Amino acid sequence: MKGSLQSRSSPLAAADEQRRVLAAAAVPPFETALADADLHPLRATGVRVLQINVGKLCNQTCGHCHVDAGPDRRERMTRETAELCMAALESAPSIDTVDITGGAPELNQSFRFLVERSRALGRNVIDRCNLTVLLLPSQADLAGFLAAHRVRVIASLPYHRPAQTDAQRGEGVFEKSIAAIRKLNALGYGDGSSGLELDLVYNPVGAFLPPRQQAIEAQFRRELRARWDVAFDRLFTITNMPISRFLDFLIASGNDAAYLQRLAGAFNPAAAAGVMCRDMVSVGWDGALYDCDFNQMLDLTVATAPAHVREFDADALAARTITTGNHCYGCTAGAGSSCGGSVVP
Amino acid sequence: MNHYYHAGDLGRFAEMGKGNPELWQKFQEYYAAVFADGALTEREKALIALGVAHAVQCPYCIDAYAKACLEKGSNVEEMTEAVHVACAIRGGATLVHGVQMRNVVDKLSM
Ligand code: SF4
Ligand code: SF4
Repeated sequence: MKGSLQSRSSPLAAADEQRRVLAAAAVPPFETALADADLHPLRATGVRVLQINVGKLCNQTCGHCHVDAGPDRRERMTRETAELCMAALESAPSIDTVDITGGAPELNQSFRFLVERSRALGRNVIDRCNLTVLLLPSQADLAGFLAAHRVRVIASLPYHRPAQTDAQRGEGVFEKSIAAIRKLNALGYGDGSSGLELDLVYNPVGAFLPPRQQAIEAQFRRELRARWDVAFDRLFTITNMPISRFLDFLIASGNDAAYLQRLAGAFNPAAAAGVMCRDMVSVGWDGALYDCDFNQMLDLTVATAPAHVREFDADALAARTITTGNHCYGCTAGAGSSCGGSVVP
Repeated sequence: MNHYYHAGDLGRFAEMGKGNPELWQKFQEYYAAVFADGALTEREKALIALGVAHAVQCPYCIDAYAKACLEKGSNVEEMTEAVHVACAIRGGATLVHGVQMRNVVDKLSM
């Protein structure tokens, strides 16, 4: 893989350069599409999910990564900020789910504290897992830890075949991912009865939209069972966001204009009404608050509520206006896209 | 206009409705119904369409259905096999007409 944009000193490593490229795209401004759907300005409907991005450190350097994560990145959440996140959680009974992401979130030294504390507060916990992290010698006990705390694992597997998966995530990643799924399956994850949920995430290996979630889920289940003898609960389809390393790929491959037009042309008002930012808040590694992980990568902090976890105000956040831009077309195309897969059936 | 084929013309397909909106509407409805999930899945139908697009050598359809196949979850191995199916049928169709050639030869030959 090419390495992070930052390690390559790419201009796109800077959020303001990404915002400039997106604003200049030959599509109607996203806000116009929202207005046509009677959704402008976009408002939150509550705060049900707290997504915590603990930093950019990752053992992989996937070609489409919207975080620009990699082994070279050093931004990481400190224990102090993790404790502030848990204080915020305790103060907000409306939040039923803590969604921990990165980078590879498990590599952060506060990951297990966040899991244990969130569970002690009675909340559901999601680990956004890249699978290969489970095979690192330093993480030998990770799968057992996740199972013991009944953490729901949402894991990336862009395709059910090695060639496509490795093209996006790195040589040999598919095989390691299968080994990691086997490890989880051995603990009961994905068997449909243990209560240990393992969901996979499909995302297109290129500049096109995902298939219908139900159709590709059936295909994944059949192929993964028949060829690799592994199981999972649900498959989520996620659209590649035109930011960070995927934006770099789009520009380098000459697909940027057509992809943005494809997303804008597939704008679906029903998907727009259900975008995930309406009931979530995203915390960055330094404690700053965002409407979602994508706005976080574009340095767009929440606009109409205190923007640091230290001053977490669940009521103000639940009533906030969401900051949007042309990248949001990635959430509203076709059946829509969110951290929980497609938005409309 | 220096070329008969322009990639941008695919996006202008709907202009064909201007000459006869009613027929265009019927065609659109029929087309949508043909490609909807039925006894065959949308994904399988897109693969068939890709093969046919190659058989009729329509660059618009190849462009559209290469994308559609990816967006229905197919991969390049499956798509390549669909093109081979078109190729085999076209090749086979050519070759099987050789029997007609043989009939003519047989009739004329001593
Ligand atoms: S996509 Fe996920 S696994 Fe890949 S580099 Fe980014 S954070 Fe790491
Ligand atoms: S990119 Fe973020 S702010 Fe925009 S619609 Fe998607 S979730 Fe909401």
